[in-house]
Amino acid sequence: MTEKELKPKAKEEVPAKVERVRPGRVFLPAVDIFETPEALTLVADMPGVPNDKVTLDIKDNHLIISGEITPPLAAGETLLLQEYHTGDYQREFHLGSIIDQTRIEASMKDGVLRLLLPKAEKAKPRKIEVKVG
Amino acid sequence: MPIFTFREPGWTPFREMESLQRRMSRLFEETFGPGAVPWRHGVYPLVNISEDHDYLYVRAELPGINPQELEITVHEGNLILRGERKIPAEEKNVNYHRRERESGYFRRVVSLPTRVNPDKVDAAYKDGILTVKLAKPEEIKPRLIKVKSA
Repeated sequence: MTEKELKPKAKEEVPAKVERVRPGRVFLPAVDIFETPEALTLVADMPGVPNDKVTLDIKDNHLIISGEITPPLAAGETLLLQEYHTGDYQREFHLGSIIDQTRIEASMKDGVLRLLLPKAEKAKPRKIEVKVG
Repeated sequence: MPIFTFREPGWTPFREMESLQRRMSRLFEETFGPGAVPWRHGVYPLVNISEDHDYLYVRAELPGINPQELEITVHEGNLILRGERKIPAEEKNVNYHRRERESGYFRRVVSLPTRVNPDKVDAAYKDGILTVKLAKPEEIKPRLIKVKSA
């Protein structure tokens, strides 16, 4: 399964709707989203974002994740070759189900954000039995 | 055994191609402004190279890898990055909505723009960014020349 060679992908920029205060570009992080009957899990690649610079904004079933990167170059460095662009990350999602906000778990490690979004009781799927009349 | 032999020492087809691409990209950037042309290199991971007075820095975005499994080699003016990005399988009962993150192996040769001291190379991994810091040899560091007045 892992016998695949990785191909570089150009980062996709966030379509500008509102002008930002912080200068620089904003990119869409690559994400995996998967669902179990109990929860939604979101995994996002945000290289360059330290653990304490991730923000989550959830209103009803609307989720915004954003991450601020640390400046990619130290003072006194000059760039000789740039193959990838650096910038902050942001992405918005409409979650299909209502999330229990009190039980959200988030962890950030090595530039990968992992979010566990447990579904609220009423949003869990129920098996509906058809009565034979 | 090299397949081709050339008179110039240190010549490799990689280096020639990369230097040509670098010059082309600089030409485009000067004409159309920075970031106008998306860089198409074709080999993962993409790298940014920078320098200061004493060091050369090669950075690559490699989120969520195990830095212990990276293989970093400096060989004849080339930096070789090898490794694998693994994404562990989730439980069987999950259904995917999006699957954009990719796993796989990578083997990248980066030809370094200046000579480096192969004994003084440091690599650090933080927040998903790999930084390889390569020391420049003394003889190529810029030196300030004072003009003597007669």
